[in-house]
Amino acid sequence: MRIKEHPILGKLEKEPTVEIEVDGEVIRAIPGEPIAAALLAAGKNVFRYTRKLHEPRSVFCAIGRCTDCMMIVDGVPNVRTCVTPVRAGMKIQTQHGLGEFKERTQ
Amino acid sequence: MTLEKDGFLSPEELTRLPGIPSAERLEQGPVAVIECAQEIPCNPCEEACPAGAIQVGEPITNLPVLESDKCTGCGLCIPVCPGLAIFVVDMTYSDREATVQLPYEFLPLPQKGELVTALDREGKAICPARVVNVRNPKKFDHTAVIAIAVPKDKAMNVRNIALIRRQ
Amino acid sequence: MRETELAIVGAGPAGLSAAIEAASAGVRVTLVDENQRPGGQLFKQIHKFFGSKEHYASVRGFDIGTKLLSEVEKQGVEVMLDSVVWGIFGTHVLGIIHDQKNTYLRAQKVLLATGAIENALAFPGWTLPGVMGAGAIQTLINIDRVLPGKKAIMIGSGNVGLIVSYQLLQAGAQVIAVVEAAPKIGGYGVHASKLRRNGVPILTSTTVKEAKGKEKVEKAVLVALDQNWNQIPGTESEYEVDMICLAVGLSPLSELAWMAGCQFEYIPELGGHVPIHDLNMQTTVPGIYVAGDLAGIEEASTAMEEGKLAGIAIAEALGYLSPEEAKIKKEAVSRRLDSFRKGPFGKAVRKAKARLQRRGEVQ
Repeated sequence: MRIKEHPILGKLEKEPTVEIEVDGEVIRAIPGEPIAAALLAAGKNVFRYTRKLHEPRSVFCAIGRCTDCMMIVDGVPNVRTCVTPVRAGMKIQTQHGLGEFKERTQ
Repeated sequence: MTLEKDGFLSPEELTRLPGIPSAERLEQGPVAVIECAQEIPCNPCEEACPAGAIQVGEPITNLPVLESDKCTGCGLCIPVCPGLAIFVVDMTYSDREATVQLPYEFLPLPQKGELVTALDREGKAICPARVVNVRNPKKFDHTAVIAIAVPKDKAMNVRNIALIRRQ
Repeated sequence: MRETELAIVGAGPAGLSAAIEAASAGVRVTLVDENQRPGGQLFKQIHKFFGSKEHYASVRGFDIGTKLLSEVEKQGVEVMLDSVVWGIFGTHVLGIIHDQKNTYLRAQKVLLATGAIENALAFPGWTLPGVMGAGAIQTLINIDRVLPGKKAIMIGSGNVGLIVSYQLLQAGAQVIAVVEAAPKIGGYGVHASKLRRNGVPILTSTTVKEAKGKEKVEKAVLVALDQNWNQIPGTESEYEVDMICLAVGLSPLSELAWMAGCQFEYIPELGGHVPIHDLNMQTTVPGIYVAGDLAGIEEASTAMEEGKLAGIAIAEALGYLSPEEAKIKKEAVSRRLDSFRKGPFGKAVRKAKARLQRRGEVQ
């Protein structure tokens, strides 16, 4: 849920004008905000599942250290969504287990 | 100490504080009630008072002392206190009612004339109250000061409000 | 290789304050931060600070942050954002990754102001989405303006737990309770009182036993503790929540200081392993300084003063301030630090810092 009015911070002026794709679904994000914030605002609670026990994970430290919030972003796995800003057209996927790094073609 | 276990001051702890005015002074007109009980480094109340009625001195961990004969009850100390621990009580508001001015940092802000529920230090509903004034100028930096009218015998217990209307 | 006189790692309150002091004395300063946004944890502090006028009392944290940023800009400090300092070598070279490219920066002096990370508390269910640090949720609600749930339980009644609980209320969430394992509340009474008068219970001698839920937190199970910190069977209670916030202390982020060969001392009152430093904030490695939470967990106010102290000492060491000028400036900072560390809440830190600095002087 986005906090549109706040007693100290005032009115949220920025509008979610950036479109990103999350597991095939288009959601709108505020330019420059961390991917994690956009997902949480859209009500998406699970970001990845662990390798062995397939347990759901999401934001924990929000400071780029714990790696709980990692997702696959534009094909690249293990992206820390709490410190990575959104970009128009970004494709984000729930990560299952360890990431797969595809060969980079120059 | 109740404050350390329960998080709020008991009436007994309150009476021992140098920031609390006497019953006699309360009967004379609006006066600050400074519910500051721990030695933490802090003195903006002393700086803010235009009448010089609040003394902290050095070290700045001293509890604020209210010189209640100097205090005019202007309430400028209310929004500057980082602990939101200062109130102004006016026992002379009317025959039956007193007003309590309290700091408020939530939305929505109540409006003048609105009926609200007055809460005590534990957040318990004490009585209905009428909002008689809302001050929220820029210089208060988002700490609004709400004045509510309550029965006189509740004035030294009411320290917060709950709005009745639903959003 | 890029060169600078003073490289500061971390653009939080300590780093920013040091940059301002050093640059205003004439030092060429490069400020490096791994985040997209400078300010460290300062901008999410939406409450009014304590202290006196010189400590910015009654000013909200983010307003102080804005002042610092504008001053840094005015002083012409070179700021590198989105830049991770991954290593520190020799005397002194920093390895920095920015935009997936590596560069090296040689600096005559280095200030490490890398701050701290929240401690974790493990209990069954703690990995469920919805269980996160109190600081984490503070960033979400105050910086990103996103509320990831409706009902929270706060674990820990130190100032972080109390302040963030109040800020959760301001953000429109419900705080079911603040839970404290110790028999008394850890933070300031005034912070606790603000919560109590809003109907938030503070349960002492209580801890969280379990978080229940399938894809995210749905319930928190609390349990009472006896005087030996043991759970008392039969005292469990369950609450419907979708956020469990952990406010159980901070630990310095000290990797670069370890790598540089700084000597440490383990001081629980300061958050754990802390680099030994003297009254100039210099570590046991000449030319490497520390300030802020890395030098001992405290507050933004003390981080700013320590940053200033380091900035002044470094400017002096580089010859931009005479010993007399530096002495006067340092004394003013020390006075403000002492003033802020007085009282019962500051006692443990005061003693710990004194012990640490005595070790630092002896080196």
